[in-house]
Amino acid sequence: MIWKENVECAAPADLRELQSGYLKKLIPYIYQNCAVYRQKLDAAGVKPDSVKSIDDIKRLPITTKEDMRDNYPYGLFSTPQDRITEIHVSSGTTGNPTLVGYTKDDVKLWGDVMARAFCCAGAEPGDTIQIAYGYGLFTGGLGAHYGALEMGLRILPTSSGQTARQLKLMQDFKPRIIACTPSYVLYMAEQAKEMGIDPTKGNWKIGVFGAEPWSESMRREIEAAWNMLATDIYGLSEIIGPGVAQECHHKDGLHVFSDVFYPEIVDPKTGREVREGEDGELVITTLTKQGIPLIRYGTRDIVSMTHEKCRCGRTSPRISKIKGRTDDMIVVRGINVFPSQIEHVLVGIEGTQPHYQIIVDRQAHHLDEVEVLVEVEQRFFSDEIKRLNELGKKIKKEIENVLSIGVKVTLVEPKTIARSEGKAKRIVDKRTL
Amino acid sequence: MKITQISVFLENRKGRLYDVCSLLGGNGVNIRALTIAETESFGVLRIVVDKSDAAIKLLRDNQFVANFTDVVAIEVPDKPGGLASILKLLSEHDVNIEYMYGFVEKFSDKALLVMRFEDTDFAQQVLAKQQIRVVTEKDIEGL
Repeated sequence: MIWKENVECAAPADLRELQSGYLKKLIPYIYQNCAVYRQKLDAAGVKPDSVKSIDDIKRLPITTKEDMRDNYPYGLFSTPQDRITEIHVSSGTTGNPTLVGYTKDDVKLWGDVMARAFCCAGAEPGDTIQIAYGYGLFTGGLGAHYGALEMGLRILPTSSGQTARQLKLMQDFKPRIIACTPSYVLYMAEQAKEMGIDPTKGNWKIGVFGAEPWSESMRREIEAAWNMLATDIYGLSEIIGPGVAQECHHKDGLHVFSDVFYPEIVDPKTGREVREGEDGELVITTLTKQGIPLIRYGTRDIVSMTHEKCRCGRTSPRISKIKGRTDDMIVVRGINVFPSQIEHVLVGIEGTQPHYQIIVDRQAHHLDEVEVLVEVEQRFFSDEIKRLNELGKKIKKEIENVLSIGVKVTLVEPKTIARSEGKAKRIVDKRTL
Repeated sequence: MKITQISVFLENRKGRLYDVCSLLGGNGVNIRALTIAETESFGVLRIVVDKSDAAIKLLRDNQFVANFTDVVAIEVPDKPGGLASILKLLSEHDVNIEYMYGFVEKFSDKALLVMRFEDTDFAQQVLAKQQIRVVTEKDIEGL
């Protein structure tokens, strides 16, 4: 089933007309209501009434993660606060988190795109869905919830964790759909085996997996372990949360809901559009959002894109799985991790520029683990093991406070962290994605 | 009389202890007493050497993290209950020991122990009052 066939399968010309109409309304709306954007548009020499078609989008300025951060909390809102009905927060690079606010209509839009996503994955009205994304400030749980509600699915809002209970509920209620991170569903397969449950005879037949990068080989592993169809969902809280793009059962790229989230692929260095099929940074404009509409937001995700019609009938452009990042952010268990966050903690404790390295690995039980290597300095060294352990524990606790995920801290000898061109390599990602 | 111990941070990696010992040995520094405290991922090597100033310079110049720590070396009767008699005295005077280890050589028929106290000065006063022989830096150089 295709949830919004009229737009998802629209002829390209009709789609462009729709997008043009939205953009023509969006720019004056933002210009009028958001001082920060007014300044940005003025600086770029864009008169709001000169934006007449979607082709004019190339003249508009790019919005960056820094813009979000610098204007925390309300600077980028185009709506008075009393019209905001929901707020979500994700971790930012330094200090300020990234905050997004939704009006009632934005939440409705979210439900609509997530309903499209579930349909795209193969859900049918009347299906039961187990939502094992975390509910709360993280957009995963509630975004999936709104979509399932909109679509008329029966919802098991289990949130993340408590694996034994997840598996029991799977057996008792037989949900055909599971939505969670790909690493968690693999972890659950192992736990199932330990509990004497054969995952290949599990009830989940369709998985909607996202919030962290994963590979084709991981897909094969999940599909074999659970005997299910594993699909990829893409999204980011700045745009809406999950529900920006979703794979259909052909698993040949993620369909971008481009009538509302207009995608461009640009060269991150020049900002110029790359040719069809070439890798570049995904830039998205939210054409219909009210709370925090974003103009050409740089996602920092590297993908390629095709406009070819899909075998499923949808005409919307399709993006590849995420191939990399333009910055040094890594995503671990759905949480954004920036080296600068760890650096801040270490500076706070040691009062100096520390040498450290973050190692991310996907362990045998499929959950991502983070190890932080910290070089011991003369000043912090003690002949007493307990003092060194205290130092390690303190670093661990403070990093965990900032990141909200568990880490292992290992003290290492000076100069053991490899330095290339004098600069230490901050992140070693050993996950085979 | 305090003596100087050198503590060295060591990762649990093959050959690291050898690296330290060969560095010191190759430069004419003799290790008189040694112990290693270990954890899952790292260890701390504690040594008493005949030339501590030269030794710590060597270590630091070679990228090791190394510190001086004041410890006390004590002669203990080398017979059953010998150590217990000393510990009893220290315990009665509320002297806390962080860790201790033995010397390889001895001056007399008594065993020689390195003790790291929580409060080294206080421990020394107690030892002096009890007339327990404490070893000096000079003794060690002459060993």
